[in-house]
Amino acid sequence: MTETDTLVAPVTRESRKYAAYGSPLWQRVLLTREFAVIIAVIIVAIVACSSIPKFATPLTLSYLLLDLTPVLLIALPMTLILISGEIDLSVASTVGISNVVLGFLYAGGVPIELAMVICLAVGLFVGALNGFLVTVVGLPSLAVTIGTLALFRGIAVGILGTTSITTFPAFYKSLANANFPRTGIPLVMVLVAALVIVFALLLHFTPFGRGIFATGRAREVARFSGVRVKRTKFILFLLSGLLASLAGIYYTFRYGSSRGDNAVGLELTVIAAVLLGGVSIFGGRGALHGVIAGVVLIGLLQSALRFSNVTSDVINIVTGALLMASVVAPTVFAWLKSRLFSRFFPSPHATRKVRLQ
Amino acid sequence: MVMSTASMRAEAGDVVLELRGVSKSFGPVQALRDGELVLRAGSIHALMGENGAGKSTIVKIIAGLYQRDSGEFVLGGETVHFRSTADSKQSGIAVIYQEPTLFPDLSVTENIFMGRHLLKSFGRIDRAAMRGHVRRLFQRLGVDIDPDRPAEGLSIADQQIIEIAKAISLEARILIMDEPTAALSEVEASRLFAVARSLRDEGRAILFISHRFDEVYDLCDTITVMRDGAYISTDRIEATTVAGIVRKMVGRDVDSLYPKQTVPIGDVVLKVEKLTSTGQFHDISFEVRAGEIVGLAGLVGAGRSEVARAIFGIDSYESGTVTLEGRVVPRLNTVAAMQLGIALVPEDRRQQGIVLPFGLARNSTLAIKSSLARFGFITNRSENRSAADWLARLSVKANALDTSTATLSGGNQQKVVLAKWLATNPTLLIVDEPTRGIDVGTKADVHALLSKLAGEGLAIIMISSELPEVLGMADRILVMREGHMTADIPRSEATAETVMFSATHERRSAV
Repeated sequence: MTETDTLVAPVTRESRKYAAYGSPLWQRVLLTREFAVIIAVIIVAIVACSSIPKFATPLTLSYLLLDLTPVLLIALPMTLILISGEIDLSVASTVGISNVVLGFLYAGGVPIELAMVICLAVGLFVGALNGFLVTVVGLPSLAVTIGTLALFRGIAVGILGTTSITTFPAFYKSLANANFPRTGIPLVMVLVAALVIVFALLLHFTPFGRGIFATGRAREVARFSGVRVKRTKFILFLLSGLLASLAGIYYTFRYGSSRGDNAVGLELTVIAAVLLGGVSIFGGRGALHGVIAGVVLIGLLQSALRFSNVTSDVINIVTGALLMASVVAPTVFAWLKSRLFSRFFPSPHATRKVRLQ
Repeated sequence: MVMSTASMRAEAGDVVLELRGVSKSFGPVQALRDGELVLRAGSIHALMGENGAGKSTIVKIIAGLYQRDSGEFVLGGETVHFRSTADSKQSGIAVIYQEPTLFPDLSVTENIFMGRHLLKSFGRIDRAAMRGHVRRLFQRLGVDIDPDRPAEGLSIADQQIIEIAKAISLEARILIMDEPTAALSEVEASRLFAVARSLRDEGRAILFISHRFDEVYDLCDTITVMRDGAYISTDRIEATTVAGIVRKMVGRDVDSLYPKQTVPIGDVVLKVEKLTSTGQFHDISFEVRAGEIVGLAGLVGAGRSEVARAIFGIDSYESGTVTLEGRVVPRLNTVAAMQLGIALVPEDRRQQGIVLPFGLARNSTLAIKSSLARFGFITNRSENRSAADWLARLSVKANALDTSTATLSGGNQQKVVLAKWLATNPTLLIVDEPTRGIDVGTKADVHALLSKLAGEGLAIIMISSELPEVLGMADRILVMREGHMTADIPRSEATAETVMFSATHERRSAV
């Protein structure tokens, strides 16, 4: 310590240098929750392909991707909504409404393209309704979307009653089911890939995305930093409604069916996949590549188990257990660590008798 | 009064708690090495040091939150190993934190007896006995709080008193007060000190952590100084001087805590006219000029932060106008306020200033994310470049730009918040309690920075509950009391007396 050394204004001190990152690239990429899910996908794929006969075919891949498409479409905005600290449980009912409206209008003589546009508009409207109730009225999204889940499903069933519509233009049906020639990759993957890129850019490379993370992790800080918290959330619910209605249109052509009870329970598959992919249910954390891996992992597992003639209730049990494990794992690890630690430092009441003097 | 454990009975002057050579590491970071601390009954012991000096680590080891890696922890003559905070409480240790955590919907009495209600026959809760007990406690402490009122809405000062009452009813022999006065006004702090003195006279040992020298010299009899995670010295308070303590804390001399330069005052930047928000503030009018530091003084709850939040567009107001350089600042529109050139460094940095788990770069560019974007896209690279510039100018201590701000000391966190707002290149900077809970070295840094910025023509409003800070830094001091502006005092006439008078009395007729 030198007596002459004085504390001077910070700006005139020699300027500090900062490394861009605290850990090397491989650690930042490999030691993440997202990468763990990707590894799980690869392991499940290898095990399934090598142990299940006739699993490793282009046909399996095709069906897997076709079935995953609606889940993936809805998972994109759901990821953003969960990161912003909200939730949207009404997505499957929105798929249902979109599915029913498309069939109803087409059966009523409306041109299919116009009917599709109307479906997307309906999706935007239901998203706006959710967004209005959450951001303007200020209700919790969990309560709002449980309500609209029932409301939209009721409307969907109400429009068609117990009937179903099964005639749709062959062109769109084959477009929804066709693969690229000589591969197991469906044409619809082009649309999915484009949307994945759009959402990845939106979440990870725009000021809007930065605002989503800040809002989910610390709402007050976001508000004090000029993030338009309410507007951000409203836009996310709009996107959720829009993508859910798009998924509903796809669903209609993929299965050639329009029924009031189509896609019931799909919201739980989507949320399970998103959480499995490393998005925090508390908001503020997550990455889109993890979510895609989560969606693929759930789809792959279900497909592999179905191939092995496992019944659907067992498949549900496996999916549920996987989700629980992925949510509980971080907490369990922390708990185990503290248990191991306290072994070496027993309670004071056990050591009290040991006197020093 | 019945004591919980016989071993804790101590005469004044007896050593009740001793730490010898205590160390604690978190991974590669050594937060504490060879920590020493001796607490005696009937003594108030000050623990001072810059942020990151290891004070909080010591407190957390004593409180049972952390387990020490090595060293001796002797309590009442016995070595102890606390595994949890419950162990520490059972051994007669109570920690009063800066911001108490009471159950807001429960009554004061229920909070004090949480988890150990007094019972009548058939397990019914004996409310009358509990209430009587609390009344007697409050009488002893000389405070006037209704035992039946809910904890919600109590001032932080009253909440601390309740934590202290709880500690006393638990027969705590050792009280640790971790920066208890950081959020208190001077009146509230002096009441707290009266309570602390009477507890000392009852023979309890008190560890008092504070960054404020006047408090330490007023209250404490012994002082331990720490620096960089290590023990430096323990002395009787009479044998020390402020300059000597500062030198030990910082490791060198500090020129001046309030390096205010006189700079030319420019044109009016901010003009606030008749701003009114029912129940918050009433008829507030003032101007701030370029190069001017305007201090906003008053007791906690006088409405100072509320005025700042209204100007910045966080909260709405009923009437009045705000103009910045002749342009009207719209109501309830933070984005517009920022675009016009207003920046607000909020009072609660952990709740309002930074997103804690996020990295340095993400945090310090949050307010300028839109202007950083090229063609609508923002990248880590552009954030890092902008962040590194500002963090270096404020010499924030950290290795990497993705270091979580949760791992930084309070002073460094505050610098990140300042960097974040200075990056917006404001014309008006509002700082609300800019040095609350930060160490003396960083404090001098922040003051020097504010003074330099004013010299460059920035208009600054500085809200502070610390009178010496306002007196030392402001060109002009506005005083608020219960939502009203009671005085506008130029630097030359400002003294602790004139400011405190206006903070506690209604506006005199002719000002």
